This record gives sequence, C-alpha cells and structure tokens, in this order.
Amino acid sequence: MTRYLVRRILATPLLLLGVATVAFFLSNVVRGDPLASILPERQMDNPAAVAAAKARWGLDRPLPERYVVYLGNLAEGDLGTSFRTKRPVSRDLLERLPATLELVVAAMLFGSVVGTGLGVVAAHFRNGVIDHGARFIALIGSSVPVFWSGLLALYLFSVELSWAPGPGRLDPALPRPDGPTGFYTIDALLAGNWAVFSSALAHLALPAIMLGWAVLGIISRIVRASMLDVLGQDYILTARSKGASTVRILVRHALRNAMVPALTIIGFSFAYLITGAILTETVFSWPGIGSYAVDAARSLDHPAIIGVTLIGALAFLIANLLTDIAYVFANPRIHLD
Amino acid sequence: MTDRVAPRPWRLALPSMGGGWPLVLGLLVVGFWVTVAATVSLWPLDDPLQMVAKRLQPPSAAHLLGTDALGRDVLSRTLHGATFSIAIAIVVVVAAAAIGIFLGAIAGFFGGILGGAIMRLVDVTLAFPPILLAMAVAATLGPGLENAAIAMILVWWPLYARLMRAQVLEVREREHVEAAVAAGAGPFRVLFKHVLPLCFTPVLINATMDFGQVVLLAASLSFIGLGATPPTPEWGAMISEGAKQFYHWWIALGPGLAILTVVLGFNFVGDGLRDLLDPQTD
Repeated sequence: MTRYLVRRILATPLLLLGVATVAFFLSNVVRGDPLASILPERQMDNPAAVAAAKARWGLDRPLPERYVVYLGNLAEGDLGTSFRTKRPVSRDLLERLPATLELVVAAMLFGSVVGTGLGVVAAHFRNGVIDHGARFIALIGSSVPVFWSGLLALYLFSVELSWAPGPGRLDPALPRPDGPTGFYTIDALLAGNWAVFSSALAHLALPAIMLGWAVLGIISRIVRASMLDVLGQDYILTARSKGASTVRILVRHALRNAMVPALTIIGFSFAYLITGAILTETVFSWPGIGSYAVDAARSLDHPAIIGVTLIGALAFLIANLLTDIAYVFANPRIHLD
Repeated sequence: MTDRVAPRPWRLALPSMGGGWPLVLGLLVVGFWVTVAATVSLWPLDDPLQMVAKRLQPPSAAHLLGTDALGRDVLSRTLHGATFSIAIAIVVVVAAAAIGIFLGAIAGFFGGILGGAIMRLVDVTLAFPPILLAMAVAATLGPGLENAAIAMILVWWPLYARLMRAQVLEVREREHVEAAVAAGAGPFRVLFKHVLPLCFTPVLINATMDFGQVVLLAASLSFIGLGATPPTPEWGAMISEGAKQFYHWWIALGPGLAILTVVLGFNFVGDGLRDLLDPQTD
C-alpha cells in the first residue's frame, strides 16, 4: 500500500514534465510560427519587441534547446505575457485565483452539506417520494449544461423575482474589501463591514448553488448508497434496540461510517468543479480564472490559454493525488496495486 | 497509475432494472433526436439562417420558441442544431474509440517499450482537466467545428485505451488463450481471434455512455466560442447568443432543453445497455 503511494507521488513530477511538454508542443510545434504564440500580431513588426521575445524564449535556437529554455522559464513561474492584458500571465492568474477559490469552496460546501443531508434522508425514506425526488435532482444536476442553467437562474432570480443581485462579485457602489484571504466574504467579515459582507454573500450564493448542483448530485448518491450499506449492519440494530432515536441513529451511528466513501471523491468532484467553474464564471461575470480562460480562448490569447491549462493540470494532479491518499487511508483494506 | 475509471454520477442516480424503462425512455428520446438530425431538412420549418419575422419576438403561435436577435426562428434553429450535435458526437466517439481500442490493444498485448510509451501518453493526457485541454487544443488549431472535434478526440481516446488495455491484460491470461498458443497459433492470430473479440463489450458500453458527455463538451466549446461559429445553428453557440440578449430568455430556452434531453437520453441508454449486457459489474 505504501509502495503504491510512493509510486504515485514519484510519478507526479514526471506527469508534470509531460504536461509541460504537451504545452510546449502546442505553442511551438503545432502553431507554425512559435513567435505568434508569444507576441500579439500588432507587435510583430516591432523589431525591438521581436528581438526581446526571441531572446527570452530562445526562438533563434534549435527546437531541443528551445524546449530546455521553455521548461526553465516555466520553472521560474514565467508563463509568458498575455496578448490581451499585456501583463505576465502568472500575475493575472494569481490576482484572479482568490475569486475562483471562493466560488469553488462555496460550491463544494453547498454541494457536500446539502448532498449529504439529501443522501441521508433519501436512504431513510428508501424508494419513497423523497428518494425519487433526490434521484431526479441528482440526475438533472449531472446532465444539465451549467452555462444554460446558470443563465436561466440568473434571469429568473435576479430579473424576474429580484431575489438575487446581478452578475459580479460585489455591488459596484461598495468598496472592495482588502484583506489577507482575497475572499470578499471573509475579508469583509474580518473588517467587520456588514454591508460589504452581505453584498458579497448575496453575489456568491447563486453561482455557488448552480456550480455546486453537479457535486450535490454525486455526493447525495454516494452517501445514500453507503448509508443503505451501513444501516443494514448489526450495530445499528443494537443502537435501535437500546432505544436510540432515529435522528441519533442516522447521524451519530450511521453517517459517521457512511461518510468515508464520500470523502474520497474530492478529486473526482474537482474535475466537475473545474469544468463548471469555467462556464459558471463566464455566465455570472465572475472575475476568476475560469472567465479569464474563456476570455483568453475567445480572443485567441495563446500564452494565457496555455498558462491556464498548465495551472489547471497542476491543480488537477494534486487533487487526484490527494484523492488517492484519502482513498488509501479511508479504506486500509483496499489494495490498489 | 491505477486503472480505476472515474465513476459516472448518473449511474448512481439511475435505478438498476436490467435495461427496463430507463433504456426504453432513453431510446425514445435519442431516437427522436437522431430522426430530427437525419430528416430536419424535409420538415416544413422556417429557414434557420434567414430573417423570418421581427427581431426578438417572444414565443407565439407563429414562432413557438420566439425569434432571436436577427429575427430567425428559434424552434427551427434548435431542430437544425441536432444535425451538428449528433454528428459531432458520433464522429468523436467513433474516432476516439477506434484510436483508443487500437492503441490500448497494442499496449496490452505486446507491452514493452511501445506499450509503455502509449500508456505514458495516456497518463499525461488524463492529467489535464478535459475541458482545459480541449480548449487549449481548439484555440491552437483555431475556432471551427472540425477543430473542436479534433480537440475532443485527442482528449477522449485515452479513456478507451486504458480500458482496452486492462481488458486485454485480463483476457490474455485466460486458459483458452494458453490453449491457442500451445496449439501453435501466431501472436496476431491469438490477438485477433482469441483475445480481441472478448474485449470489445465493456469498451463499447462505455462509448455509448459517453455520447451525452461529448454532446455536452461540444456545446460548451461552442458556447465559449471555440466550436461552431455564427451563423451555424449549433446549440452551444445559440445559448451564447442568448446570453448576449440576456433579457430575452427564450433564445436560450430551446437549445438548452435540447442539450438536456439529449444528454439525459444518452445516459439512460448507456445505463440500460450496461445493465443488459454486462450485469456482473455491480
């Protein structure tokens, strides 16, 4: 078991090298003129800019040497300069990271709390109306295009019903909270600014719910399945015969054990969250990495789109590794190798 | 790397009924959309590319789903969109499955340096979040449905390769293969006659289950602006136009419902087929 984990951890840098190689291949080989992946078109006839870019990325040298230069730049955290924002891609991404994290964490919280509750209730009322309803919600959540459901929800709740504010992270009239986390809700709380906090929370709620829906579906089904498994065991019967209340049995006795399989799907939900965040941020004008990626793709901003892809792959690899580790620790009897 | 394939969430959501009603319902829905895709040019519909009424009209008896920003009939555009979505799903799944089955069989049966190289390529491709790799490839190749299809094939084949390799590795060890080798059959005869025929079913079931996901990814790429380009009546691109006309909700309604029903339909069919053909997996 430990051997499997060590092998997984050792493979991660190699996979990263592979990921960087794919990125190099996309920006230097597939595109006929690699200069076009580094310099915006308008800069192409500026000899000073061309010479600087060639020197920085070693474009006048042969391909294998360029590959080494490319890897060296990546290792220093240099992802190139965005055509659109004219700033280093790494700086753009760092600036937008907190917005994406805030959305993803809120979506994950919503998805796991509501999903777990729904799973427990569905298992208790097995094959009843609530169970079928939960199944329906889960099924729609994993089949609906999130860029469409988000759009409809935004129209319904902010235009028709006025329950939710419009797109964005904050009421434009309010000052941006300045704090250590970059999460508007938490920074406003730390500063004790209630007006900013409630506006930030109201703006966060709808996109987080729409994004968390897909995760909610997965978690509720897994919790339901493992609750049914656990509820059939002897110790539950013992607890019942001792006269413990239904809620106590469900939450204290059954859910504790049933949560284990659900905990191990972090990495798997993460793939959904990345896909969903890209599209949800676009619909809700959320100033995170996802909407940055889409803006980059729409304007064929090559350094930016490759930069986001590299960072996304890095996050994905780490999440998958953590999932595997959680998997091993949660199920010591399972052998993966 | 593990050969653990990501669970599919809707599998957990569907009741297992040995094919049963999900399969029938899924076949009806998918059948409807495939029929629409194949015959839509024969239907008495408005031209999907021409202005046929006033711009931005809400749904009415003449235009059941209203008209868009260029006065085109949304219902007609939605139905015409089936052609692109169904075609791209078929092309992507068939091409990705063919590539994945071929390379996975080589990797599993012959192994060695070639097999190792194939599997490392699989590992690296699967290290990317699918939508990001598809976006990067599509943006590199340039917008357009063909390039989006190429990007999706590149993202998808490793799943089938990994599955096929695992199958081949398992079947290769069975006794009838040993018997064939002992009887003097050459490696290619063993591979094609005795191993491959037993490996296809799980890969094909997975391929069926992936049609819906491919429709979803294709629409997402078009929504972002990397797939179909205007004025093509593709569902993702239509929702993107609807997002620009935010207060005219009906523009995005038809294409969104179309994607939802197609994806649900394919998920039901794939799940029913799995229960029918491969009952031992659960």
